[in-house]
Amino acid sequence: MESRKFAPIDENQGGTAVAQEPARLRKRNKTFTDVMLSVRDLHVSFKTFGGEVQALRGVSFDLYKGETLAIVGESGCGKSVTANTIMGLIPKPAGRIKNGNVLFKGKDLTKLDKSEMRKVQGVDISMIFQDPMTALNPTLKIGEQLTEGLRTHQKVSKTEARQKAIKLLEVVGIPNPEERMKQYPHQFSGGMRQRIVIAIALICEPELLIADEPTTALDVTIQAQILELFEEIQERTGVSIILITHDLGVVAKIADRIAVMYAGKVIEIGEKREVFYSPQHPYTKGLLASVPRLDLKEEELQPIEGTPPDLFAPPIGCPFTARCPFAMEVCDRIYPATTGLSATHAVDCWLQDERAKKVFGHN
Amino acid sequence: MAIYIVKRFFMMIATILIIATLTFFLMHSIPGSPFDEERTSNPTIQANLEKFYKLDQPTHVQYIHYLKSIATFDFGPSIKKPNDSVNKLLARGFPISLELGMVTILVAVISGITLGTFAALRHNGIIDYAAMAFAVVGISVPNFVLATVLIQQLAVNWNLLPPATWSSPLHMILPTLALATGPTAIIARLTRSSMLEVLTQDYMKMARAKGLSPMRIVLRHALRNALMPVVTIMGTMLAGILTGTFVIEKIFAIPGMGKYFVESINNRDYPVIMGSTVFYSAFLVFMLFLVDIVYGFLDPRIKLHRKEGDA
Amino acid sequence: MVSHQQNVQIPDEWFQQKGKDAEKAESVVRPSLSYWKDAWRRLRKNKMAMGGLVFLIILTLFAIFAPILSPHNIETTQYANQNLPPSSTHWFGTDDKGWDVFTRTWHGARVSLFVGVAAALIDFFIGIIYGGISGYKGGRTDTIMMRIIEILYGLPHLLVVILLMVIMGPSLTTIIVALTITGWVGMARIVRGQVLQIKNYEFVTASKSFGAKTPRIIRKNLLPNTMGPIIVQMTLTVPSAIFAEAFLSFIGLGIQAPVASWGVMANDALPVILSGHWWRLFFPAFFISMTMFAFNVLGDGMQDALDPKLRG
Repeated sequence: MESRKFAPIDENQGGTAVAQEPARLRKRNKTFTDVMLSVRDLHVSFKTFGGEVQALRGVSFDLYKGETLAIVGESGCGKSVTANTIMGLIPKPAGRIKNGNVLFKGKDLTKLDKSEMRKVQGVDISMIFQDPMTALNPTLKIGEQLTEGLRTHQKVSKTEARQKAIKLLEVVGIPNPEERMKQYPHQFSGGMRQRIVIAIALICEPELLIADEPTTALDVTIQAQILELFEEIQERTGVSIILITHDLGVVAKIADRIAVMYAGKVIEIGEKREVFYSPQHPYTKGLLASVPRLDLKEEELQPIEGTPPDLFAPPIGCPFTARCPFAMEVCDRIYPATTGLSATHAVDCWLQDERAKKVFGHN
Repeated sequence: MAIYIVKRFFMMIATILIIATLTFFLMHSIPGSPFDEERTSNPTIQANLEKFYKLDQPTHVQYIHYLKSIATFDFGPSIKKPNDSVNKLLARGFPISLELGMVTILVAVISGITLGTFAALRHNGIIDYAAMAFAVVGISVPNFVLATVLIQQLAVNWNLLPPATWSSPLHMILPTLALATGPTAIIARLTRSSMLEVLTQDYMKMARAKGLSPMRIVLRHALRNALMPVVTIMGTMLAGILTGTFVIEKIFAIPGMGKYFVESINNRDYPVIMGSTVFYSAFLVFMLFLVDIVYGFLDPRIKLHRKEGDA
Repeated sequence: MVSHQQNVQIPDEWFQQKGKDAEKAESVVRPSLSYWKDAWRRLRKNKMAMGGLVFLIILTLFAIFAPILSPHNIETTQYANQNLPPSSTHWFGTDDKGWDVFTRTWHGARVSLFVGVAAALIDFFIGIIYGGISGYKGGRTDTIMMRIIEILYGLPHLLVVILLMVIMGPSLTTIIVALTITGWVGMARIVRGQVLQIKNYEFVTASKSFGAKTPRIIRKNLLPNTMGPIIVQMTLTVPSAIFAEAFLSFIGLGIQAPVASWGVMANDALPVILSGHWWRLFFPAFFISMTMFAFNVLGDGMQDALDPKLRG
């Protein structure tokens, strides 16, 4: 429909061929130039009984049109909060955006009121949730759950909406979509439900898809299928994807760029190969060392010792200091500035400082 | 669904059978006969009793005969009122009690759900606190206390509303208010807590992420799920309202079945007590059956269990 | 990422490696309190529940001591003192037999509290045995026992109670018997659920072979988690039993004078309410309501305090 480039499967020349050829092969050398989403110095806090949790403490990153950005980190590092903030789903009044902007195609989403935000939710930006078993309303037929967003945002008739939903179910790989429309969520398996959730997210042809741990609740074979579906969809529609995950295997598969978060901050960001093959932050290195790798069988896995800091009273310096094997006194006292390593790779770490390099040598 | 209904139906029959049996044997457990002391010179009563209970026959014959009478909706005679039977009292009083009960349920369900929903949507706000303060008071004040306070203040002291009887809509306000407050409070509390739980569910977040209107999110996505537990307590609620009509009818001098029932208790009119208990129990159990069916329709997971189909 | 300027004045000696500080990082975790202490701490924060608790303690003390200390006799009718309004001698006034309403109120409190607590305790014991066997045995036994419960649950309780009371004749014992015959079902259900939970836990702990530590785990983790709902259920049984007793009194199945329950007092006062003797209805009604209120808020508070899901 009009300017958007979402092509249903039957109109796509050789739709099955696209599905068989891994999109990643063709994407490898792509460069992304148009910034679609720009998050600037975002601070978000939550009031709880125990005090105020500073969940985000100055998060900044850009997202380019058509790329997949993975946000990785341990649970509680703020990656889901980032997603929810972009999506306008921070529960008020407990949660509050204290500072910063979310610029989506030049429009600051943090400044929109609720009804303006609703015109963005599901239309320009869609979200996919972690657990497909709970993300669908158990008492509504999936047909209604698919079409209601479309019917809210666009002037389409019931039949048109239905038709589009059926096509979309086909695209995400649900057999017998027409009959399936009349069924309830409990009649589908976990993998099928996640496909439905994805279809729901795509129904208004959004330009940005935020997937919050989309494969964590699924078993491994289904995970792979869902990841392939993401690639296929991106290939077909050019949608940008923010992938929130703690699973580096998922990242390795489909991400173009990676942002590593720790204690409410992005501590390292770069293209996939930069972060994977020359990680600069000790935390990123630790994270990578703690993942089983097929190419390095003999080496033992190295878990990162200790736990992340309490975000009720986050440290002034680098939050990783207490767990960092290279901690220096300065790390405790001052948060490190961002060092650009390449046009795409940047890190927040005192080890990048000349004086530290004198102590540790180059590493 | 059909299996579910049949299963529930047999449960209902079993329950009614238990109550009827219990009633019968309790009556027979009294040394001699409950009617011995009442054996008056009135031959009509004697004849009625003999006819209904077949007192000259052995116990098991009496029991079978009794069950047959119950099955044909014959609930027995009255000792104290020679010309009345439980059936006659029911015909006179039950429509009025039913009216009182229905109006009460309607008021309680509508106001309880509204109150509970708003409280949950404004969680920890003023409406929430006010609604919950009302609810905990409403649950704690017995309906007969509330009824007398209402009569004392609104009818006697301020002369705003008629203090008794059931003759016009205006007369219905006070009894309904007295009877509906408790159930309203219970429904409000339950709606609130289940609504609060539903609001934290992922599918609610998903509904919000779709950019749906708040109205649609609450009515279509939240309320239907939140009302499931409310439907499940409707059975107990109905029982409460039903027994509540006894005292309310007594206080407001409403000529319903409840009033006759309390009278029969005070007169120790055993056959009427037994007959009404069985009738009321059967009625309640039938209502529970209906509630279960409604629940089955509301929750798709019950309707189609066993058919966890997947491609 | 924040991009403030690199600070030039940082002293060089800050760039020395420190020892790894993992233990410190570990210790940041907030102190863990024992389950009961934690629950009690949260219950204490709940002003309503604490108010209810204090009210109930005072009420109990009065119920024990006030009738003993009261100078007024409530055995023989004293027509000279009929229907006196509250005064310095008769704090709550007197009734149509000249009895002191204050003294009778505390006698009534004994009856109501006794009925409530006794019903809750008996429910508890029957429920523990029935639910315990059902949950522990499992299998067919469990299925049959639960089917029985399902049917009993559908019985209209108050009607059965009325029936029993009519047959057995009103007395303190019959009220309690009648209430518990129908009341234990809910408790049995809860106990069964908790027992099933414990069975699961035991399996887990055994498979992890904690050895000697097991009793400690049961005491520290399992018992509190499973006792919570049972205690809450008991707390909420008391007001419903008190209400049921008052209701029965009100429809003419109560324990009669002189040691009458609150429900009987309220019922006796009903015919004279319009003649202005408000105190005869007010005090028993007030105490019924307040006691039920106190138990309800205490039960609610305990539910919140004991629910580990809400621990925050």
